[in-house]
Amino acid sequence: MPDQLIFAMEVTLNGLMAGVLYALVALGFVLIYKASGIFNYAQGVMALFAALTLVGIMEGQVPFSHLINAIFGTDLHHFNWSVPALGAILLTMAVMVFLAWAVNKIIFRHLVNQEPIILFMATIGLAYFMEGFGDMMWGSDIKKLDVGLPQGLNSMIDETTYGLLGYGFFIDNLDLVATVIAILLVSVLVMFSQYTKQGRAMRAVADDHQAALSVGVSLNFIWVMVWSLAGFVALVAGIMWGTKSGVQFSLSLIALKALPVLMLGGFTSIPGAIVGGLIIGVGEKLFEFLMGPIVGGATENWFAYVLALIFLVFRPQGLFGEKIIERV
Amino acid sequence: MKLKLISAAVAAMIAAAPAMAELTFTALSYRTGPYAANGIPFADGYQDYFTLLNERDGGIGGERVNLVECETGYNTEKGVECYESTKGTGALVYQPLSTGITYQLIPKATADGIPVHSMGYGRTSAKNGEVFRNIFNYPANYWDGASVAIKHLLDVNGGALDGKKIALVYHNSAYGKEPIRTLEELAKKHGFELMLLPVDHPGQEQKSQWLQIRRERPDHVLMWGWGVMNQVAIQEAVNIRYPMENFIGIWWSGSENDVLPAGDGANGYKALTFHNTGSNFPLFEDIQKYVVGAGKAAGAGDQIGTALYNRGLYAAMLAAEAAKTAQGIHNTGPLTPAQMRDGMENLEITEEKMAALGLPGFGPSFKVSCQNHGGDGLTAVVQWDAGAKQWNKITDFIAPDADVLNPLVEADAAAYAAESGITPGCN
Repeated sequence: MPDQLIFAMEVTLNGLMAGVLYALVALGFVLIYKASGIFNYAQGVMALFAALTLVGIMEGQVPFSHLINAIFGTDLHHFNWSVPALGAILLTMAVMVFLAWAVNKIIFRHLVNQEPIILFMATIGLAYFMEGFGDMMWGSDIKKLDVGLPQGLNSMIDETTYGLLGYGFFIDNLDLVATVIAILLVSVLVMFSQYTKQGRAMRAVADDHQAALSVGVSLNFIWVMVWSLAGFVALVAGIMWGTKSGVQFSLSLIALKALPVLMLGGFTSIPGAIVGGLIIGVGEKLFEFLMGPIVGGATENWFAYVLALIFLVFRPQGLFGEKIIERV
Repeated sequence: MKLKLISAAVAAMIAAAPAMAELTFTALSYRTGPYAANGIPFADGYQDYFTLLNERDGGIGGERVNLVECETGYNTEKGVECYESTKGTGALVYQPLSTGITYQLIPKATADGIPVHSMGYGRTSAKNGEVFRNIFNYPANYWDGASVAIKHLLDVNGGALDGKKIALVYHNSAYGKEPIRTLEELAKKHGFELMLLPVDHPGQEQKSQWLQIRRERPDHVLMWGWGVMNQVAIQEAVNIRYPMENFIGIWWSGSENDVLPAGDGANGYKALTFHNTGSNFPLFEDIQKYVVGAGKAAGAGDQIGTALYNRGLYAAMLAAEAAKTAQGIHNTGPLTPAQMRDGMENLEITEEKMAALGLPGFGPSFKVSCQNHGGDGLTAVVQWDAGAKQWNKITDFIAPDADVLNPLVEADAAAYAAESGITPGCN
């Protein structure tokens, strides 16, 4: 087999894995948009905030320690304990549920029936607030995140492909874990929305707020639930990306990777986020592999959007999005 | 009558008071935003040094230092706004701490007659003081860094790089592209193959670049990265089991922030630097006594001795020494920006001076002149010890290849002079 073909196969596999990581971020956007019609600009910052909170709890960091020390002249930094990863994840989830409740109570409850652009602007404000709040709460230093996930070359795949093709493929163990988690997450979310009372209520709210209210569905409860689910997805994305790069404020920029995925997969489809992620991941990696050396490289960021735009021309609602027909 | 008496008393008090002149320095810092983790230790080091001078020495030459800090968020537009809003405060020198902001300030500060010091960043050809009269980039610039990296690789390869392959993983921006021209010239001279691998901002996803490195197996990898790009690159290098001792970053890819997330895997990673790291210098005892102990530290005190804290401290020290030089030249305490420029242009840093400051062996010796605003470009290599969680300086300060660099600096400065209508000269 020609070397270039073997390399292309390796690139394709890695593209699929990268796509899964993009999809994990995109899922949070889809959940909120599906249930409330809000494009949540703060989703990337939620991933950052969740990861910061997780590391802070694991390391026993005193929240707002800089502020407390500045006001009271104390020298507090850490409690004398650390929390195991699983316990810290559960506690972080509790924080994200509280955040979901607070966001709805303080912001979105007052914006029911407002124009989508107003809701979008509110999420921009929320994003900047949370970035500053997270900074004040946990500090802005770069934190190592280790919840025990394996990372680095998968030796089994390396040796197997070397035996078969004479070249060992590189697949990151972390990407494999992310793939398994993404499959589980999507399966659970799809089953939840299809087969549970709350899931059906969520879909009813997504279809028509007023109609859902008229049959006794609590809009507040559904929104808090959806924002909590988005918070959970943000936590998962934060763990994956934070393990790769350390937990730092650039983590909020991963939202940029989710936008072409959403454009391609549709804003309202959970499976669409996964398929969109895979197409974007493979597309950008293969394009970089084939065309990068010719055009000088660094094609991935812009090519992802080009790919999404090409799909949009033929399916404006995205691959799996709902076609909206509004009658006057 | 009562009002007149009060007015007279106030006027008498004002007249009797000693002149409260201050030396104003600005800190265009970034304590917020995606790069805050790097901006905070630098800003803390910069501030702590001036606090030390005020608390221990009563300022510089009898004049207290007034430090005006302005938050840029590492955003070029905000940086320019900071410049415009603070230049009226009597700022003696600007250290923009961003290549983008530096490029914007070069024409503005030149027109305003305020010197700019871009230490280890900015426009490399600003080294030519005959063209860039108000811009200084001592003690080293990116081209010096590229040249010293290759000199180090020559050392570890027995003096020859013939047939070797060297990859440059770089931030796909003006900053990241800075060393390419120099490395291309050095590739011709030493016969190595240069492989260019750009990474788009912010650099969270670099799988393509590192798969290519794994396929093509370059003998050495150089990195011009910033922010999250550094941590991801080092982690990816660990993932593909690239030998870390063959991986060298520029000084902006050489802080504790860059290596700690990769844990033990980052052990052996190298970086360039133009100052030493750690806090094992006499000056740091004074920092503890007069700044931290007095509750006047800029931060929590946990950054002292880190690479970026020390860089901020070193930048402040060079500014203070230039101010002292200016006071000596003009025989005055208070300074104007023009006098400060003279001080910078006549700055000489010797090992004796560094030792007297409590910083023996901390930075290279160099001399600034009208023709040379960049010093001698002396740069060292440090290596990360993941066990001890510290950088160890593994070489002396090495001089770059002036035969290659000087013509490049001259050509770029001449092009700038032509497009800006500047007649090069020292008068």
